[in-house]
Amino acid sequence: MMKKKYLINARIIDPKNKIDELGGIIIDEKGYIESVGKKVKKENLPTESEKIDLKNKIIIPGLIDMRVFVGEPGYEYKENFRTLSNAALSGGVTSVVSMPNTLPVIDNVSMVDFLKRRGRDKSKINIFPAATLTKNADGIQMTEFGLLKSKGIAAFTDGIRTVQNPQLMSRIMNFASQSESLIMQHAEDNILSNGGQINDGEISTRLGLQGIPSLAERIIVERDLAFLEEYICRYHISQISSKKTVEIIRKAKNEGKIFTAGVSINNLSLNENDIGDFKTFLKLSPPLRTENDRQSLIEGVNDGSIDVIVSDHKPEDEESKRLTFSQAATGAAGIETLLPLALELFHNGSIKLEKIIATMTSNPSKILGIKKGNLDVGNEADICILDINKPWIVKQNELKSKSKNTPIENRKLQGQVLKTFVKGELVFERN
Amino acid sequence: MAIIKKLKAVKINQNHLLGIQDLSISDVNKILDESKKFIKLNKSSSKKINLLRGKTQINLFFEPSTRTQSSFELAGKRLGADVMSMNIVNSAIKKGETLIDTAMTLNAMHPDIIVIRHQDSGAPNLLSQKVNCAVINAGDGRREHPTQALLDALTIINRRGKVEGLKIAICGDILHSRVARSNIYLMNMLGAEVNVVAPKTLLPHSIERLGVNVYHNMKKGLDNCDIVMMLRLQNERMQGSFLPSAREYYEYFGLTPDKLASAKKEALIMHPGPMNRGVEIDTTLADDINRSVIREQVELGVAVRMACLKLFCKNI
Repeated sequence: MMKKKYLINARIIDPKNKIDELGGIIIDEKGYIESVGKKVKKENLPTESEKIDLKNKIIIPGLIDMRVFVGEPGYEYKENFRTLSNAALSGGVTSVVSMPNTLPVIDNVSMVDFLKRRGRDKSKINIFPAATLTKNADGIQMTEFGLLKSKGIAAFTDGIRTVQNPQLMSRIMNFASQSESLIMQHAEDNILSNGGQINDGEISTRLGLQGIPSLAERIIVERDLAFLEEYICRYHISQISSKKTVEIIRKAKNEGKIFTAGVSINNLSLNENDIGDFKTFLKLSPPLRTENDRQSLIEGVNDGSIDVIVSDHKPEDEESKRLTFSQAATGAAGIETLLPLALELFHNGSIKLEKIIATMTSNPSKILGIKKGNLDVGNEADICILDINKPWIVKQNELKSKSKNTPIENRKLQGQVLKTFVKGELVFERN
Repeated sequence: MAIIKKLKAVKINQNHLLGIQDLSISDVNKILDESKKFIKLNKSSSKKINLLRGKTQINLFFEPSTRTQSSFELAGKRLGADVMSMNIVNSAIKKGETLIDTAMTLNAMHPDIIVIRHQDSGAPNLLSQKVNCAVINAGDGRREHPTQALLDALTIINRRGKVEGLKIAICGDILHSRVARSNIYLMNMLGAEVNVVAPKTLLPHSIERLGVNVYHNMKKGLDNCDIVMMLRLQNERMQGSFLPSAREYYEYFGLTPDKLASAKKEALIMHPGPMNRGVEIDTTLADDINRSVIREQVELGVAVRMACLKLFCKNI
C-alpha cells in the first residue's frame, strides 16, 4: 500500500474530460485517481498531508503510443522490454501498442502469454500487444482474431507489412468484424514501392536512389476504404505520409465513413531534405516526403482527418544502419522524443497544445477502447508531469533506448517530461 | 615530360571526388586544364612519369567494369603509382563483410587513393567518411560518374573548343543512368543547354528540376543540337517492364541517320560504352569516323583520370 499523493499547483490538461485548468490531483493508496481539477488545492486538503507543489508545471495523462517495435522476442539486441520501458517513461509514454514483427512474429495465442509475462516482469509501462493480421505476416492466411483478442490482443496489424491480396484483405475485414477486432493497416503497395528508398522526387533523382511514389500509399488506402463500405469493421490506417492521402481521408470522413488514421511524428516534423548526404537514420517507412506533404499532414491533424500521432519507434542497432543507404535498415528510434518533438509543433504555432495531447491520449484510448489516456476519477493514475518550456538538445548517447538511431540528433527542443507515474507510482524522475 | 615537371601545385577545394555536384567551376577547370597536359603524354612513346611514385592506389570495384577499371589502372600506372585492383564482386562482401569493414581493412594498408565503383548510390560518400585517403568515385548506383562526365567535357572541348553555348542532347535510359546525372550537372555548369530525350518510363521524377529540357520525341529533342550523347539501355538494372521491346525502343529512341538529321550537320555522337548496337545506336553511325567520337572518349578518359589522381592525391 502506497501513501496517498497530493499533487498541487499544476496546470491540468485532460482532453477527454475537456479539462484545462489550474489545480491538482489526488492519487489514492492503491494508485487510482481519487480527485482531479481546480478543487484540489492546498486549502481543501488536510493540513498534515504531504503535498507536492508542481509550481505551475503541466499534468497530462500518460501518453499512449500506438506504434512501437519492442525487439522481444528475437531482436533483444535492438531493444528489450526493460530498455523500452525506461525510454518510454522518460518521454511520458505509459502505454504502448507493441508491433508483432518480432522473431517469431506474434501470430498465435501461445506468444501472447509470453509477451504479457515479459511485459509485466521487465517493464513498468502498459503493453498492449498487437498480433499480425496474417500468419507470419506473409499475407496468405488470416490469424485467429477471436482467440487472440480473447487472450488480450489489442489490435491486429502486419506492422511493417501490408496485406497485398485484395481478396484476403476484404475477407479479413469481413471476418474480423465478428470479434470487433481492431485492424491497423500499414498502407504501402509492395509492387509500387519495390526497391524504393526515399520519396520519389527531386531528392531521389539527385541522390540516385529509387523513389517510393505516394501512389503506393494512396492505392491501399483507397482500396481499403472501398472495402469498408461493404465490410464495416474497426479500421485504422497506421500512419500516412502524403498530401494526397490526407485529402482522401478527409473526404471519406466527410462522407461519413467511420475509421481512423495516424501519422508518425517523423513525417510531421521532418521532410525529405533532412536526408541530406545519405543519412540512414532518416530512412523511414513511410518515407519522409516533401515540405508540402508535411504541411498537409499538420492540417490533417488540425482538422481531425488524422486522429493520432505515433512515434513509430523502431530501434535499429548501429550495424543495421552503418551501411549504404539502400542496404541500411528502415526506421528510427523515437519514443522518448515523441512528446518533445510534438511540442515543437505547438511552440511554432502549427498545432494547439490540447490537440497534440489529444492525439496521444484520448484519441488512441478511444480507438483502442482502453481505460487509459485520461484523468477519469477511478482510473489508474498514469500521469506525466511536463515542463513545456524547458530547452534541451537531443543527444544520442543520452537516450535510454538500447538503440541510438534518433533522426533528430542535436535538434534543439523545448519541453521535457519531469516525472512519470504509472498506477500511481513514481517510475521516472528527471535529475 | 618537361612541361609536367614545371607544373605549379594546383589545389582543388575538395578532398574527394564524389560527384560533379560537389565541384566548383574552378575545380572543374583545374581538372580539365590538367587533363589536357596528359593527352600529349599519353601519345608519346614513353608514357610513364613518376609524379605519384611511392603512392598506393586501390581500385575497389563492387560492380563489374572493363573500361573504367582499366582506365583508372592505366592512369595510376602511368603516373608511377602502385596500383592494386580488387574485384569485390566475388570477394569479402559475399562473405558478409560490410563496406565499412572492407574500408577499414584497406585503410590499415595506408593507401593514398581509393577508386570505388559500387552498385549503391552514396557508397563513395560513406567510404570517404571512414578512410584517411582520397576517395574517387568511379560510379555509384544511379547517382554520379564524375570522371565520365569530365572526360566527355574534355572530348567536347578537344573538338569544339568549349562547351559554353553548345546544345547537348542526352538520350536514352536517363532513369538508371549516373552518366546522365553527372553530365547534366557538368554541362550546365560549363554553360551548355541540355536536352534529355527518353521515353517517359525511363525518366526520373522531377528531372526538369536539374535544369534540362525534357523531350519524348527524339527528332524534336535533337533539333539543332551540337552534341548527341547516347546512353546504354541498362537492362541489368531494370526490374520489371519499362519498355515493350528493344525493337520498339530502337524505332523511337535509337539513334539512326534519319533522327540524327535534325541535329546540326556537324553534330558529334558520343556514347559512354559499352554500346548495344542496333538497340540505342545504329551500328554504322557508331563507327562513322566523321561523327562518332566514341573512341576518343576512351582515349581522353585516361588523361582525365590521371589528372584526377594527381590533383586529389596531392590534396590529402
